[in-house]
Amino acid sequence: MTTQTETEIQTTIAVLVDNEPGVLARVIGLFSGRGYNIESLTVAEVNTQEGLSRITIVTSGTPMVIEQIKAQLERLVPVHKVCDLTMDGAYVDRELALVKVKSTGEARVESLRVAEIFRARVVDSTSESFVFEIVGDTGKLNAFINLMEPLGLVDVSRTGVAAIARGSRPL
Amino acid sequence: MADDQMNGSQILLKALEEQGVDVIFGYPGGAVLPIYDEIFKQDAIRHILVRHEQGAMHAAEGYARSTGKVGVVLVTSGPGATNTVTGLTDALMDSIPVVCLTGQVPTHLIGNDAFQEADITGITRPCTKHNYLVKDVNALARMVHEAFYVARSGRPGPVVVDLPKDVMTAMGDYTPVSRVTHRTYKPRMKGDINLIRRAVDIMAAAKRPILYCGGGIINSGPAASQLLTEFVRLTGFPCTLTVMGLGAFPASDPLYLGMLGMHGTYEANLAMHGCDVMVAIGARFDDRITGRLADFSPNSRKIHIDIDPSSINKNVPVEVGIVGDVGHVLEDMIKVWKAEQASPDQKALAEWWKSIDQWRARDCLRYEKSTKVIKPQYALQRLYELTKDLDDVYITTEVGQHQMWAAQHYRFDKPNHWMTSGGLGTMGYGLPAAMGVQVAHPKALVIDIAGEASVIMNIQEMSTIAQYRLPVKVFILNNEYMGMVRQWQELLYGGRYAETYMHCLPDFVKLAEAFQAVGLRATKPGEVDDVIREMIETDRAVIADIRVDQMENCFPMIPSGAAHNEMLLGPGDEAETPVAEEGMVLV
Ligand SMILES: Cc1cc2nc3c(=O)[nH]c(=O)nc-3n(C[C@H](O)[C@H](O)[C@H](O)COP(=O)(O)OP(=O)(O)OC[C@H]3O[C@@H](n4cnc5c(N)ncnc54)[C@H](O)[C@@H]3O)c2cc1C
Ligand SMILES: Cc1ncc(C[n+]2csc(CCOP(=O)(O)OP(=O)(O)O)c2C)c(N)n1
Ligand SMILES: [Mg+2]
Repeated sequence: MTTQTETEIQTTIAVLVDNEPGVLARVIGLFSGRGYNIESLTVAEVNTQEGLSRITIVTSGTPMVIEQIKAQLERLVPVHKVCDLTMDGAYVDRELALVKVKSTGEARVESLRVAEIFRARVVDSTSESFVFEIVGDTGKLNAFINLMEPLGLVDVSRTGVAAIARGSRPL
Repeated sequence: MADDQMNGSQILLKALEEQGVDVIFGYPGGAVLPIYDEIFKQDAIRHILVRHEQGAMHAAEGYARSTGKVGVVLVTSGPGATNTVTGLTDALMDSIPVVCLTGQVPTHLIGNDAFQEADITGITRPCTKHNYLVKDVNALARMVHEAFYVARSGRPGPVVVDLPKDVMTAMGDYTPVSRVTHRTYKPRMKGDINLIRRAVDIMAAAKRPILYCGGGIINSGPAASQLLTEFVRLTGFPCTLTVMGLGAFPASDPLYLGMLGMHGTYEANLAMHGCDVMVAIGARFDDRITGRLADFSPNSRKIHIDIDPSSINKNVPVEVGIVGDVGHVLEDMIKVWKAEQASPDQKALAEWWKSIDQWRARDCLRYEKSTKVIKPQYALQRLYELTKDLDDVYITTEVGQHQMWAAQHYRFDKPNHWMTSGGLGTMGYGLPAAMGVQVAHPKALVIDIAGEASVIMNIQEMSTIAQYRLPVKVFILNNEYMGMVRQWQELLYGGRYAETYMHCLPDFVKLAEAFQAVGLRATKPGEVDDVIREMIETDRAVIADIRVDQMENCFPMIPSGAAHNEMLLGPGDEAETPVAEEGMVLV
């Protein structure tokens, strides 16, 4: 049983589904019911004409579990397509975060400097606070948020990961 | 257009008719009154009024498993719908096609905690293959057709269609089944021919092969059983069946090793343990089969044929996984086997059969005979002997020791004649399931092999059986215990029989009479044959109360979490007494 003791890997899965009531509950229920991890999950309609939504899931598990997750997702009746972006070659993933920092004086100036380095934009500001908007992969967002922690971080909102394969081929 | 408009209830019934539905198991209530009113006005579809909605579900399962058709249930909203949850889960676990129509409060009240409102699509999401809430009368026919398609296609399963009351009275258009195609759900039927070739190559090189076959063959239909039988005989490989697979290969064939798994035969389990090539066909490596995973058939190359990709590599990693319908795959496999003139090493195969015959010689299903008390195994052997030559005999069971003894001692040569709750192990399944089978096969002999504890769980269905004059036979192996649980308490909990003695059991003979059935009883071995004969000859429902040895245990047994070669063969076998020597040489 070598596969069962294999180490966990992280993977990003794209799922194309019928945008019908309950479809997200089915996907989430599948993960909780079978004890799979969800590290991030995003969903939005991507094709209004055909009523299709795209769900991006970042999950982790042994290769055998990941294979199960994909097979179980494919089994859901409203699912059109399941694609393991991590397995299938190069892909781009992005996340957006809104980061609220409350500070004055040196810390306030420092937060602006850090934001500049990370190419974060100021989207709201008061005399004692900023809201930064930052886009990037999960690692970059984590690094930025960590740096903001001692500079007066008070609130974070993140979108979760959206991902797409590189190259010309659609899902 | 407006002229051919119908109300929702008429659309529903028309869709059911187009789906070939001839019977519905149901129970009325406020939310489904419009539907019942339409049922009243027609006679194409028969309605069987059950006494509890769980009974309707199991009846539909019995109907479906014995006919290969989709079983249909109709219940009201709220409590009617929640009462189906056990049956839905049962059907999901055992891959039984059922469409369950549930009433719902009017759409404008949904979410308001209305009277008898339950979020049944929410509740049943994890225990159905799929479910629908119909909010638009014009989508109703399409959804019903889709529900039947989903229930029966691929790996079959239960589908719920939730029907708000206002949708059932609204006027709308009917969509015929010919205009409905499913957008996404298109299960793969043909297997990948290259993988089939690889599988044949591996099998052709096998020295100690085994075919481990399961319920998927029954799901596929009688043709798949035919093909399996052909394939087994073509290869000369030994074949074992799961509880769900019984009947997929004739039990009377010398190539059959009996059932495998926790209460399977010695020869089947040791052959699984020691084989060098295992071919799993429509079986799902359930834990009752594998025992301790780390020691499951450690030295074999494994091939798996299954229509559900998620069954492959779920519990046990395999070398070749073929996704497809067993019928289609076996057909191709036979062709490839013949075309390649595959010829396994006959000397090795003969050696393998020699080992198997030695294991067989242990006669693992034997039990201590008695002239004083009725041994449950004896009662079942007699039941088998006295019914095996009859034309059409269908067996259902409840859950417990009697179920396993039935699986061991009643021998099936045909598919679809054995209905049991395998995956969920639902006590109370057997009586309503027998009722459903009898509705589908009015002339057949239908016997529920029951435990006294289980049968009480849905005993109310005796009333349904009386109403429709269904000649169902209930053959109770009455040990006055929840025997299966008591057995575990004996073997694993020092004989502390906590809450497993059945106090204050009803007098089953009087109970039968109270339900207008015939009650019979046997208390001594000498009475068994007479009771069975009388039961068979009675053209009404019968409850036969067979008072069996209270302390008998079901062997062989692989204790949970043990390996196949750590089987307990009978009384006196301690957990550590391995059967191993013979088995071990193969490991
Ligand atoms: C008290 C008790 C004791 C038990 N002890 C045992 C025991 O000793 N031995 C035993 O075997 N079981 C035992 N069981 C039953 C056990 O729990 C499982 O239900 C059973 O083993 C599963 O059988 P199966 O593998 O054939 O799968 P099923 O549940 O019948 O599943 C069928 C498989 O076939 C696939 N399939 C469906 N349709 C098709 C198709 N058309 N083509 C290809 N594949 C298809 C499905 O995807 C699925 O993987 C016991 C149950 C109880 C309640
Ligand atoms: C609904 C339900 N509740 C509890 C159990 C656990 N259980 C499994 S077998 C069993 C005892 C069954 O007793 P009986 O029907 O008399 O059969 P026996 O084992 O005595 O043959 C119990 C309680 C179950 N399988 N189903
Ligand atoms: Mg009992």
